[in-house]
Amino acid sequence: MPVSEAPAGSQPRLSVDWTRCDGRGLCVELLPELIARDDWGYPIIRRAEVPDRLGNYARQAVRVCPRLALRLLPPEA
Amino acid sequence: MTTTTDPNATVPVRIASRSTGLPAPALAGDVVGGSHLRILAADQTRSAALPRLSTDQLIDLLRQAGLQGRGGAGFPAWRKLATVAATRRRPVLVANAAEGEPASAKDRVLLRQRPDLVLDGLSLLSGALQAREVYLYVGDADLLPGLQAELDARRAVRRDPVPVRLEVAPQLFLAGEESAAANWLSGGPVAPRTKPPLVLTSGVRGRPTLIHNVETLAHIALLARHGAGWFRQAGTRDEPGTMLMTVSGAVRRPAVLEVPVGTSIPEVIDLAGGATRRLSALLLGGYGGGWISAAAAATATTSRASLTPLGSSLGAGVVVAFPDDRCGLAETARLVAYLARESAGQCGPCLNGLPHLARLMQMLASGSATPAVLGELERVSGLVTGRGACRHPDGTARLIRSALLTFGDEAQLHLAGRCSARTTTPLLPVDQEHASCL
Repeated sequence: MPVSEAPAGSQPRLSVDWTRCDGRGLCVELLPELIARDDWGYPIIRRAEVPDRLGNYARQAVRVCPRLALRLLPPEA
Repeated sequence: MTTTTDPNATVPVRIASRSTGLPAPALAGDVVGGSHLRILAADQTRSAALPRLSTDQLIDLLRQAGLQGRGGAGFPAWRKLATVAATRRRPVLVANAAEGEPASAKDRVLLRQRPDLVLDGLSLLSGALQAREVYLYVGDADLLPGLQAELDARRAVRRDPVPVRLEVAPQLFLAGEESAAANWLSGGPVAPRTKPPLVLTSGVRGRPTLIHNVETLAHIALLARHGAGWFRQAGTRDEPGTMLMTVSGAVRRPAVLEVPVGTSIPEVIDLAGGATRRLSALLLGGYGGGWISAAAAATATTSRASLTPLGSSLGAGVVVAFPDDRCGLAETARLVAYLARESAGQCGPCLNGLPHLARLMQMLASGSATPAVLGELERVSGLVTGRGACRHPDGTARLIRSALLTFGDEAQLHLAGRCSARTTTPLLPVDQEHASCL
């Protein structure tokens, strides 16, 4: 699904701490627009920048990650 | 791009072969002289007083010189210093000579021949930053007695503001990765950590930590004596200075050389005595670097500007000359199997993807692959790239992709059940304990 464009670098960015993630997949279910699953069940961040309309889902995905592996990084300077 | 190729600016250092097949460090005295040598020169100023520089002066000096880290990543040295200084806390300093890359010997050669330069570089930084702790993190335990003697001699004349602690790095490919090294020095395993936070702001036991490759430190010591203008007399505008390179494989005199950055690859091969037979390819940058064809190498130089667009890497200065009687796919399969074993096993894509890639490469090498395996190698290489706490999967993917490009004709031959190689003896060293099962 196409995601609305905001100026590059102005949006918070999804980031995975790969040393924590073990592919439970909650983030994929909450944010299918931005996150897919790889061969082994680990998240593929298809687009790191979170558009405004998905901000709530992104924050929820970060909150419910059972491994505390999903992070939202501040917009790039 | 400007290219400095003064043949006098080069030092071939002989490397004897060790039982492991790894290049061994040369003994002092093996240096063949030249008039423009820097790091590997027999320096008359060995015990000259060190200039005292403030952190700001050092940042300016490194910035003007344009010195980039010599450990593989090529990060601007001034930026690292500025970042650690901005924390306004007393940092930990680490001289990194873990040299986990099996095809590299330059850090060992440097520490054997010019430990004074490395320690002077550390001393300059530790004095300016008022470092809390200073480590010399060394992969080759054979170097310890010599280094301890050097440190004792320096202590007697109070040359180091902060005492330098020797630490032996474990024999692991990832031992030199910055966050893994910081973790090890904190008492943990060799396990890379997700960034941010950078090691520069939170490293050894949570302290700001400045980790430099030992060669970078040697350049800093020389820069403080001779200045940025002098430093820039060698190398290219964007990648100034000289660099150490480890040249091995099908060359007459495997060697650690010091050459200006931007030296042509054929000249580097010549300086190692020339090729012992026709080369099909070269592996540049190391096992996480990239293959380029001998034809592409003919016009390439030892610089990021030249090698990165070719899908290869300057890395920490590894050059392996690959002879045309060997199979590049079989060699790559061995290396990928090694790199998969050397994964820290923390990150899912690396933990799962690298063994999968190793199996696919082995199928291709052994002639049991279908054409779909080529596509799968590409796809999974893409899948692991950028998805780890460190760049280990990225480097492995680059090695595979560059092999598929460089040995594309050979891959087609293998799909047809043939191989053009006339010898199956492995060329590149991997870890000793696993060598028998390859």
